[in-house]
Amino acid sequence: MKIHEYQAKEILAKYGVPVPKGEVANTLEEANDVARKLFAEGAAGVAVKAQIHAGGRGKGGGVKVARTREEAERHAKNILGMTLVTHQTGPQGQKVQRLLIEETAAIERELYLGIVLDRAAGKLVFMASQAGGMEIEEVAAKTPEAIFKETIDPAVGFGAWQARKLAFALGLKPAQINQAVSFFQNLYKAFTETDASLVEINPFITTTDGKLLALDAKINFDDNALFRHADIKALRDIAEEDPLEVEASKYALNYIKLDGTIACMVNGAGLAMATMDIIQYAGGRPANFLDVGGGATQEQIEHAFEILLADANVKAILINIFGGILRVDRLATGVVAAARKLDVKAPIVLRLEGTNVEEGRRILKESGLNFQVGATMKEAAEFVVKAASSS
Amino acid sequence: MAVLVDNNTRLIVQGITGKEGTFHAMGCAEYGTKVVGGVTPGKGGTMHEGWPVFNTVAEAVAKTGANATMIFVPPPFAADAILEAEDAGIPLIVCITEGIPTLDMVKVWAKLKNSKSRLVGPNCPGVISPGKAKIGIMPGRIHMEGSIGIVSRSGTLTYEAVHQLTQRGIGQSTAIGIGGDPIVGTTHIDALRLFNDDPGTEAIVLIGEIGGSAEEAAAEFVKQHVKKPVVGFIAGQTAPPGRRMGHAGAIISGGQGTAADKMKAMAAAGIHVVVSPAEIGATVAQVVKGGY
Ligand SMILES: Nc1ncnc2c1ncn2[C@@H]1O[C@H](COP(=O)(O)OP(=O)(O)O)[C@@H](O)[C@H]1O
Ligand SMILES: [Mg+2]
Repeated sequence: MKIHEYQAKEILAKYGVPVPKGEVANTLEEANDVARKLFAEGAAGVAVKAQIHAGGRGKGGGVKVARTREEAERHAKNILGMTLVTHQTGPQGQKVQRLLIEETAAIERELYLGIVLDRAAGKLVFMASQAGGMEIEEVAAKTPEAIFKETIDPAVGFGAWQARKLAFALGLKPAQINQAVSFFQNLYKAFTETDASLVEINPFITTTDGKLLALDAKINFDDNALFRHADIKALRDIAEEDPLEVEASKYALNYIKLDGTIACMVNGAGLAMATMDIIQYAGGRPANFLDVGGGATQEQIEHAFEILLADANVKAILINIFGGILRVDRLATGVVAAARKLDVKAPIVLRLEGTNVEEGRRILKESGLNFQVGATMKEAAEFVVKAASSS
Repeated sequence: MAVLVDNNTRLIVQGITGKEGTFHAMGCAEYGTKVVGGVTPGKGGTMHEGWPVFNTVAEAVAKTGANATMIFVPPPFAADAILEAEDAGIPLIVCITEGIPTLDMVKVWAKLKNSKSRLVGPNCPGVISPGKAKIGIMPGRIHMEGSIGIVSRSGTLTYEAVHQLTQRGIGQSTAIGIGGDPIVGTTHIDALRLFNDDPGTEAIVLIGEIGGSAEEAAAEFVKQHVKKPVVGFIAGQTAPPGRRMGHAGAIISGGQGTAADKMKAMAAAGIHVVVSPAEIGATVAQVVKGGY
């Protein structure tokens, strides 16, 4: 799960990680109020920052610094409601619905900090780099030696000695080392105690008066651990997510919208990906990823159809079910009922395998509906691509 | 021959009294696996579907001589169940549970890495040696005894590959579903090593998916050590970056973990890379010496 920068900074502040003073604003009025307050409290300037679930906002024009209240208002007016396009939003961009108004910092150096899972080692790694403000992926690709890494033993935790190593590698001044150690260790604590899956501070800055500050903050959380973090679950902002994906998640359907014309409904994530691949191999383009899971009840199939058909690009539907335990005759009955109830007009191609498959095929045939059955994955993919191009 | 499970397997089920645990304990027994009991804390001393239930894994091992366990414990408690099985010295721990928090698995892995116990999974369909025994949730009837080893992250995609082989009359030695999570106990490399050393395995099907770099590492291992033909497929060739495709581990992030990179690494290692998932069976038929 992703959250906004302002939410991430609130969490970090609780863990004792220093962040600039600031508040979220959902309207221009609120933005003015926050700016007025910050200036009244002695801020030299304020940063007006678009809050979207994507990075690269600075380059896209979503982060502006203002020296006066009037200037802050102008920026807030421009950014609020704009469609921000960054390298992480995709070309369609993301509408800005919230701002973070925060005190400006007197930046001396922009550095980078990150904590991620090293999958191969099965351990967390704390990363630091002097190349702050840049895309870390770019740094990793071009100059991997510019990223310092400390692998963390889960039994003993992130040691002060490791924090010191990183602090010195970043070229921090001797007087800043203790400050850095507590900053880094608090960041690690925030990661583990919230079950994060990624923490990135980019930039992590030193100020002209020698302080350390998290100027940007990105935290992603492990979806599998949300059951033990009701407070974090409450931070979800569904306005940032695709409405169809939000709808799907209500019915335990794992749906991701893509931009092709052939919808697919599959049981199992691996087979769902492979089904998307074979659609492309047959000359079509998948409209989505959809894993209906092992159960696939009639109610779920109905909701799945509704979601697939809500995508205006969809021209045909491929259902690929490899029923291990799942009974194919029951599934076929569910598909027929759902297609009839929803009056599905798009051609439907099915590939079914599993217990009672013969009975399942008979049910489809005798339904009188517009079903085509492929004997294999390949045949089904070819059928559906043809159906999509002629409908 | 086969790897991991066979006629000597003596299986207990952790979470045997739950709905899933009961159903699949029966499925394994029906397939021919020697299921010798189960564990549900608080229900020790009772019988369930004819099997003795114990309060702890240690007790179950002492009383039944179990050498394998299948875990159906819900996600919040599953990591703990794995650690209990490890402590009881069970050589093979198969964890079916999906949705275990990653940081729980970081702790589990720190312990399991240097242990005599092998963990398969979590979030996996399990292991089957056709004609002998199975530990897991896969449908036994699509399999056929033979000499192809299969390793894959996913459930239904493994069934698909198995089905394609069986349809052609090509049997399998063992099929190992290693699971779709970022941290899994048995990796592609571990499975390759087992199959490479197994005289009953003639060729290997390696199925990977986007995310991480385990498939690249596996390709390197094949290049260095594997003497048998390997057929490879990567799911998610059409997956967009930054989106988690169902499995917790299936995500392209920061340009890493793309299908294209993995397929390239596999081809460079001499693996027969299949682009269409429908061609897995046909490709195996071509590479197996003597043909089918
Ligand atoms: N409070 C602030 N004071 C001064 N400069 C800021 C402040 N917040 C952001 N900036 C500047 O804007 C840049 C981009 O902001 P950042 O929060 O990193 O957004 P993104 O990573 O999405 O571009 C930073 O690298 C920094 O130079
Ligand atoms: Mg940034």
